[in-house]
Amino acid sequence: MTTAMRRQRNALVEPALVRWLLIGATLLLLGVFLLLPLIVVFTQALKAGIGGYLAALGDSDTLASIRLTLLTAAIAVPLNTLFGVAAAWAIAKFEFRGKSLLTTLIDLPFSVSPVIAGLVFVLLFGQRGWFGDWLSAHDIRIIFAVPGIVLATLFVTFPFVARELIPLMQAQGTEEEQAALTLGASGWRMFWHVTVPNIRWGLLYGVLLCNARAMGEFGAVSVLSGHIRGLTNTMPLQVEILYNDPGQYSAAFAVASLLALLGFVTLALKNFLEWRHGDELAAVRGS
Amino acid sequence: MNTVILPRQATVDSATHPQRPDGRARRSRSALPGFGLTLGFSLTYLSLLVLIPLAALFLHAAGLGAAGIVRELNQARVLHALGLSFGGALAATAINTVLGSLVAWTFVRYDFAGKRLLHALIDLPFALPTAVAGIALTTLYAETGWLGAPLAQLGIKVAYTPIGIVLAMVFIGLPFVVRTLEPVLEDAEKQLEEVAATLGASRLQTVAHIILPTVLPALMTGAALAFARAVGEYGSVIFIAGNLQNVSEIAPLLIMIRLDEFNYAGATALAAAMLVMSFAILLVINLLQAWSRRHG
Repeated sequence: MTTAMRRQRNALVEPALVRWLLIGATLLLLGVFLLLPLIVVFTQALKAGIGGYLAALGDSDTLASIRLTLLTAAIAVPLNTLFGVAAAWAIAKFEFRGKSLLTTLIDLPFSVSPVIAGLVFVLLFGQRGWFGDWLSAHDIRIIFAVPGIVLATLFVTFPFVARELIPLMQAQGTEEEQAALTLGASGWRMFWHVTVPNIRWGLLYGVLLCNARAMGEFGAVSVLSGHIRGLTNTMPLQVEILYNDPGQYSAAFAVASLLALLGFVTLALKNFLEWRHGDELAAVRGS
Repeated sequence: MNTVILPRQATVDSATHPQRPDGRARRSRSALPGFGLTLGFSLTYLSLLVLIPLAALFLHAAGLGAAGIVRELNQARVLHALGLSFGGALAATAINTVLGSLVAWTFVRYDFAGKRLLHALIDLPFALPTAVAGIALTTLYAETGWLGAPLAQLGIKVAYTPIGIVLAMVFIGLPFVVRTLEPVLEDAEKQLEEVAATLGASRLQTVAHIILPTVLPALMTGAALAFARAVGEYGSVIFIAGNLQNVSEIAPLLIMIRLDEFNYAGATALAAAMLVMSFAILLVINLLQAWSRRHG
């Protein structure tokens, strides 16, 4: 190899030392910074032994919090999925004025702190809120009760499915649906047999992320929950209560370990979908 | 049937599209059905769930009047909390920009054992519920923790200090930078680098002058996302922060405290201030991005 060729080749790759330093730094960073917290959750959860772990999970307040978390997700995720599909359909398959404004507005909840997300519903439905008097007169409790928790969760998980589907459906265009129509399919048939199979992996991906956030939401729910044990605590709130309680430290981590498992499963499924069906997911990731 | 497959922007020709029973041609922007239904539902849902509540916040804030807002915001505790949240988020975003770039580069350009598994790990802060991250980080970096103990030996206190706050913000912001940068790095044309090499550029010059400008817009998007998340973050930060007034109290916590005191005015003013400042910073980043795209 001539000197010039060697110099050119060296200009295309970093020196080996730099390479190994970067790889080492990345391994260290990910291992220490990201992996250790996960490990800590499980080691602390098992500090009281398996018996203690199961007892913590079997506690009635904890079970109630698990039920409430599942209920909240069961309401919030389908509703936001329905919205996501509808919005993506309107935005991706049609042209209209204000389309990019709509897309920007859909992303709004991402820029809003979860505590502010909770606050806005207090301003609407709280005792001194706009609808406060009307609600008291009809004896309907929204804030500091389950409906408030559901509303807060709906707000913070609002964009997930839409964000996933909009670029995907835009990239897929309208040719297949139009072909189905010319072949005589009705609107619904076209949707179920042409559109849905095309978007199913992106849809699943969006639902997965939406669900993870719905079950894990803390700040917004904290504002709107009454923090009443056994009634209006979701799992993340239960974790906080147990953590702040001196004798319940490992119980807090026990509940946290369930949430960590949820995060872990979400992560695994997310990566699996990206790996197997990456080309059928949104065209532009992370934007 | 004389139907034509039309490109996306279709103009309706009543000869090719069936008429409604009342004789008017069906109005649509393309040949596909469902526009009215989906757009109507989307706008209604968006308004009820997002726009009206946010409007309520700003109307409430406006109702305080300029004097009222200034009175609520011009308190040492409030100003400190805002400074801590925004300053911490800026510091964390800067750190994440550097760390995220290095991590993204390593994963895109190099091969090493366990790469697939470790790559999956990057999204952990994104998938992990914030309260879990919060207590895990606190336990880890407390003076009795696995990492906190050696750091304490070096005289560095992390938990219950502003350093802990920035650390938690770095934790949750990292995936945003890495994930936004990776696709762009993957697509970056090696040809440009080869051209630079044949022209005699060193590796460092190539990286700085060819690769960096190409990925700069994506880097800024990732930074913007990480910043927006860090500023408003509650669950991950609240446990590791000391939550002492004027020392380690973040703005979202102060909003909570104001709500607990039934001081709706204070909470509203602070929330509105946070939103306005966040939107302003995001707008600046967007403008910088547009500028860098044009001149990149």
